[in-house]
Amino acid sequence: MMQPSMQEPSDLDESPPPLPPRPKKLPPVGSISGIGLPTRATTAVSVTDFQTPAQGNAIRNSNTGSESIAPANELDESMSVRSTVVTVEPAMDAESLLGEVLEKDTLAWRTLGPMPAEEDIEIFPSDAEFDDNFDREFDELDDMTSDGLNEQAVVDQWKSKLKQYFILSRAGKPVWSRHGNDQLVTSYIGVILTLISFYEDVSDSLRGFTSGSTRFVVLTKGQLYLVATSSLGESDQQLRGQLEALYMQILSTLTLPVMERMFKVRASTDLRRPLQGTEKLLSALADGFTRGSPSTLLNALECLKMRKSHRQLINNAFLKTKSDQLLYGLIVAGGRLVSVVRPRKHSLHPGDLHLIFNMLYEAGGIKAGEGENWIPLCLPGFNNTGYVYMYVSFLSLDPAAEQARQRLAPMENLEEVAVILISATKESFFDMQQMKTDLVEHMSKNGSYNILKNCVKRRRLSCSDIVPGSPLKHFLYKSKTNVQFAMPSFDPLFADEISKRRLLTLYSQLQASIHSRPAPPKVHHTSSSTYTALAWNTQLFELYAIAPANTSRIELSQAANKVVQYIRREEERVFIIGGAVF
Amino acid sequence: MADASQGSAPKPSSSVKLVLLGEAAVGKSSLVMRFVNNDFQENKEPTIGAAFLTQKCPLPTRTIKFEIWDTAGQERFASLAPMYYRNASAALVVYDITKPSSLTKAQHWVAELQRQASPGIVIALVGNKLDLATPSTSPEGADEAAEDENDDDEADARKVPTKTAKAYADEDGLLFFETSAKTGENVAEVFTAIANAIPETQLKGTRGSAAARAQEESRVNLSAGRDTMGAKEGCAC
Ligand SMILES: Nc1nc2c(ncn2[C@@H]2O[C@H](COP(=O)(O)OP(=O)(O)OP(=O)(O)O)[C@@H](O)[C@H]2O)c(=O)[nH]1
Ligand SMILES: [Mg+2]
Repeated sequence: MMQPSMQEPSDLDESPPPLPPRPKKLPPVGSISGIGLPTRATTAVSVTDFQTPAQGNAIRNSNTGSESIAPANELDESMSVRSTVVTVEPAMDAESLLGEVLEKDTLAWRTLGPMPAEEDIEIFPSDAEFDDNFDREFDELDDMTSDGLNEQAVVDQWKSKLKQYFILSRAGKPVWSRHGNDQLVTSYIGVILTLISFYEDVSDSLRGFTSGSTRFVVLTKGQLYLVATSSLGESDQQLRGQLEALYMQILSTLTLPVMERMFKVRASTDLRRPLQGTEKLLSALADGFTRGSPSTLLNALECLKMRKSHRQLINNAFLKTKSDQLLYGLIVAGGRLVSVVRPRKHSLHPGDLHLIFNMLYEAGGIKAGEGENWIPLCLPGFNNTGYVYMYVSFLSLDPAAEQARQRLAPMENLEEVAVILISATKESFFDMQQMKTDLVEHMSKNGSYNILKNCVKRRRLSCSDIVPGSPLKHFLYKSKTNVQFAMPSFDPLFADEISKRRLLTLYSQLQASIHSRPAPPKVHHTSSSTYTALAWNTQLFELYAIAPANTSRIELSQAANKVVQYIRREEERVFIIGGAVF
Repeated sequence: MADASQGSAPKPSSSVKLVLLGEAAVGKSSLVMRFVNNDFQENKEPTIGAAFLTQKCPLPTRTIKFEIWDTAGQERFASLAPMYYRNASAALVVYDITKPSSLTKAQHWVAELQRQASPGIVIALVGNKLDLATPSTSPEGADEAAEDENDDDEADARKVPTKTAKAYADEDGLLFFETSAKTGENVAEVFTAIANAIPETQLKGTRGSAAARAQEESRVNLSAGRDTMGAKEGCAC
C-alpha cells in the first residue's frame, strides 16, 4: 500500500518528480540526536523540468457504453495503456480522449428538451435521517451527569456520529479521539485492542472490518494505532489516507525521533501532554475529512487561478527578495496556492501543505490582524526528524475590508491571503519579516499586489462558465504530474454543507472505483435516479464529473472532454507549473 | 546603532521590546488584543509558537513603540521562550486570578527572567480575568485591592487574593496590576506603567525600518542601564 499518498505508481513512470534529498543542515531540535531515520520520498508540487504532458502521449480508446471497463488481462497501468493505445497528434488528443465517434450520436441523444432551471435540479434527494445526523455531526456530546441518568442518551449521541477517529498507543493509552469523553472512549479502546490483538495473533495485522453500515479501519504506525470508523461509504484506502494525515499532524508536533524516544523510555507514555494544543489541529483535520475534502481525497493542492505572466511577476518578486535563510516561501489565498518559491532540490509534499493550511484556515489559532507569527513545526513529508520555523503574515489587501473584517461572511474571510516563509533556522524571524516587507514592496512596485487583490476578489468560476451549455454540474480534475487539482465553485447546487458532503461521498466512491485492485477500470460510470457521474483515469489526470440523471452518457462524456480541453487550454493559469525555483 | 531619542522630530520615538509570558490560557493574547486592537474574543484559540505585534504608546515627551512578543503558554513551546525574552527590555508575566497554579507558573517565569534576561528588564506581574472576581474591587484595583477580598462572596471566582500576589511582586521589585482583557480594565495602565518604567538610557531611537532595526537589535545584546524605575510620565494610550 502506498502511503500516505493515494498516487498510482504510474505517476512515477510518467514523470518522476524529483525526490528531494533530506536537508543537509537541520536545526538542532531540543535534544534530538542526529539519528537518521528514513523519510519518505516527497512528491513535487510542481516539477520544473517537466515536459508538456500532451507531447506524444498515448491515448486510449474509451468504451463509454459499459458500466465499468476493466481491461481483461491487465497487470498494471502501463501495460493496459500499451495494449489499447491509439497514438494521435498532440493537438488532437484531448478531443479524442472519449472518441470522436460519439460526436455523431449526440444529436440523437439531445431529445430531452430544455434544461430545467438550475434551482429545480435535484442531484441528491434529501434523506431526512442522514441530514439530521450530519447536522449534529460536529456537536459536542452532552456531559455525562454525575447520577449517570443520561448515560444512554450520551452513548446514543456518540453512536450517531457518522465518523469517529481514535488514536491510542499500543499500551492502550488514549492519545486523542474526535468524539467522546474518556469514559466512553476507554471502554471502546478495550474492544479495539482486543480485536487488533486477535488479528495480530493470526499474524495478519488488522486493517479493516465492517459492522452494520460502519466501516472500521486501523492503521498501525510504530507504537500508535489510529482508528477511523465511517458510515459515509469511504474506501479503506481513503480512510487510511485520512489517518495518515492525522499521523502526520502528530509528527508535526513531536517529530518522529522524539515520539519514538518517549515510547522507548516508557511504553505506557501518555502522549496527551506533549500533544497539548494539537487536539484542535487534529479535530480540524478530522472535521475537514468529514465535511469532505477534495484536497485529501485527491492528495493534491488547489491553486488560485491567475494569468501565467501575472504569477510570474509574483514569482519574480519572490526570487528578488529571497532571504538566505529561506527554505520555502508560499503565498496562499484562502487555502489556494498563489505562488511557491523553493530550492531546486526540494519539493513540497501536499500532505505538509495540508497541515499548514489546516493550521492557518481551519484551526483558528492564527488569524489576520493578530500580528505576525513564528511557529516551530515539523513538516513530516519534508523531514520527519526535525523542526522548521514558519513565518506567517496575513496581508491586508484592502484596509477598508480589514476594518470590516468582523462583519464579513465566513466565506469571504476564507480569502485571506497569507505570506508563509519557512526557514530551517530558529533565529531567523526578523530575516523573514524583512523579506516579507521587501516582497510586499516589490509586489506593489511591479503591480502584482493589485493583480493578486483582484484575483482574490474574483469569484470562483462556476461549471457553466467553464463548460457553457453542458449539463455538467460539478467536476474535480487532478493533474497527476502537477499534484494539483482544479474544480468549479460548489455554487449553486452544492453550496450547503450537506449537498457538498453528498457530492464528496459520490466523488470518493468514484475515486475508489478507479483505484480498485487489481484491475481498475479507466472509465467508470455510475448513475442514480437523480444524477449520472463519471470517473476517468489516465496517466496524466483523474477526472470526476457529475450531471443530472437525464444526461446521456455521451453528453456527459462530451462535457468531460470539454473540461479536459479547458484545462489543457488554461493549464498554466489553473496550475502552478514550475514555480519560482532557486 | 545611533541613539536617536533626541532626534529632530517633534516628539522622539523609541521602541521597547516587550515579551508576554505565562501559563496557557491566562489571557496573554487577549491582553495584547485589547491593547493593540481594543478588541476581545470570548473563545480565543491558543497561540501556536509566538505572535509579533507592534503598538505605539504616546507619552507626553516621547512616543513609545512597543514591539511585542506574545508567546504560547503551552508547555511544548517553553524551550523557545529564551529567544523571545533574551533582548527584551520589558516583560509582562501573566497569571489568571481564578487559577492559583498559574501564579506559581508566573513565579517560575519571573525567576527565569531574573536569571537569564537582560539585567535591566522591567517586569510586570499581571493578574488577569479580574472581571471574574466580585465587582466590589475598586477601579484602582491593584493599589487598593488588598482590602477588597470578598472571600465570603459565593459568586467570586477569584482564587488568588490580591495581597498574596502584591506581596510577592513587592518583594521581587515587580510592577503589579490586576486586569481584565474582557472589560479592558487596567490594560492600558499596565503598558503605560511599563513605558514609564523603562529607563531613558535603555530607549533606542526609531530610525529606518522597524524591521531592520529590530533585526539588528535581536543580534546586539543591549547593555542596559540598571535603574529599574524611570521618570513617571503619563501615557495617553
Ligand atoms: N473572563 C475573562 N476571560 C478572559 C480574559 N482574558 C482572556 N480570557 C479568556 O481566556 C481564554 C484564553 O485567553 P488567551 O488570550 O488565548 O490566553 P493565552 O494566555 O494567550 O493562551 P496561550 O496562547 O495558549 O498561551 C480565552 O477564552 C479568553 O477569551 C479576561 O480578562 N476575562
Ligand atoms: Mg495566546
